[in-house]
Amino acid sequence: MIETDIIIIGAGPCGLFTVFEAGLLKLRCHLIDALPQAGGQLTEIYPKKPIYDIPGFPEVLAGDLVTNLIKQAEPFKPGFTLGERAESFEKTEDGRFIVTTSRGTKHKAPVVAIAGGLGSFEPRKPPIANLSDFEDKGIEYIVRDPNFYKGKKVVISGGGDSALDWSIFLANGVANDVTLIHRSKSFRGHPDSVQKVMDMAASGKIKLMTDAEVIGVNGSERLDSIHVQSESAGNFDIQTDHWLPLFGLSPKLGPLADWGMEIDKNSIVVNTFDYSTNIPGIYAIGDINTYPGKLKLILCGFHEATLMVQSAFKRIYPDKNYVLKYTTVNGVTGF
Amino acid sequence: MDNIIKITVIDREGVEHVLDAPTDMNMNMMELCKSYELPVEGTCGGMAMCATCQVYVLSDHDLPEKTDDEQAMLDEAFFVKSNSRLGCQIHLKNELDGLKVQLAPASN
Repeated sequence: MIETDIIIIGAGPCGLFTVFEAGLLKLRCHLIDALPQAGGQLTEIYPKKPIYDIPGFPEVLAGDLVTNLIKQAEPFKPGFTLGERAESFEKTEDGRFIVTTSRGTKHKAPVVAIAGGLGSFEPRKPPIANLSDFEDKGIEYIVRDPNFYKGKKVVISGGGDSALDWSIFLANGVANDVTLIHRSKSFRGHPDSVQKVMDMAASGKIKLMTDAEVIGVNGSERLDSIHVQSESAGNFDIQTDHWLPLFGLSPKLGPLADWGMEIDKNSIVVNTFDYSTNIPGIYAIGDINTYPGKLKLILCGFHEATLMVQSAFKRIYPDKNYVLKYTTVNGVTGF
Repeated sequence: MDNIIKITVIDREGVEHVLDAPTDMNMNMMELCKSYELPVEGTCGGMAMCATCQVYVLSDHDLPEKTDDEQAMLDEAFFVKSNSRLGCQIHLKNELDGLKVQLAPASN
């Protein structure tokens, strides 16, 4: 059991800045995130995009902002549970919360701050009716362990980096047979990876099918074959052990929707006094919350985080008097 | 009114909405839909990185060519047709008065 003062769900900019503001009040934090790295959307979707509305930074790359936020939080030694989605919570007799992740990791704290952005990132699934019949029975959306595909016949779909990178990796002596299917002739991924796939296709290591799309899946117990629609070759089936549709990730509110918090249009309703939800001790900050006048901006999330930890402090230490101290007075003292 | 055009959006239930679209606010179709609280996610905020704002263009307006980014995103999106565009890449200008689009189905 991991114990801390504030369990932060979501390690994006808002969650990371919460660590800093909580640290100033001597509160320790532990972050949980479904992605394997901190940074949320900034790292996952647009690390190379410049942001222009962070006060004091005329221009900062999203990835650099995350690096700086991690550095800023570092003196307060945050804990991280990454690559695991926060699934459920229970209340203990002494009024604390136990948050359990998708892999069963348990965290205990008197306060939970949900800084989940647009939700946890889930694979984008192609609209094929019986797709779910074969999930984990030949259809996987994420490569967890490449050795799983050793000696197997694998078909990959997609045009981004994960489709390209896994095609290259699995075709280099892991899988027995790798086919990459993409609906276009051009790829969205890194030009170096595109070139490598083209080279491997020319030498026969990867079977490349462009202007083609998987439109059906067949099998009984497990996936047996996929149905392909190709501009040049018409419709046909390919026998395969695995199909990996790698179409990127999109955020979903997921299990948080069932925690009993008031939800409006996929966002958690909060009181703007302290960004508390209707469950005492659980707060929601950043893009995931909503209130009259809400703007989904990083800078608003920073403000919300700052006010929220003041309320969290009073909840954890109701009898301790405290008054705000500027960081210019004594600097920052870490743990 | 100056700098206001009419845009028709057919939602996923088939209902037509005629929207007043300002052309002097540097807005795009995704933002217009959101400003009328139509069910468009716009997850990536308009960077042609998510395709949640995909629309089918039904009128014969001359839209600017797709950028490589928009095309690449559509190449990986679902429910794509020959008249698919990303709403966030349709910039609202006076020439688009009377444009008619339909929201593509939401993917999962």
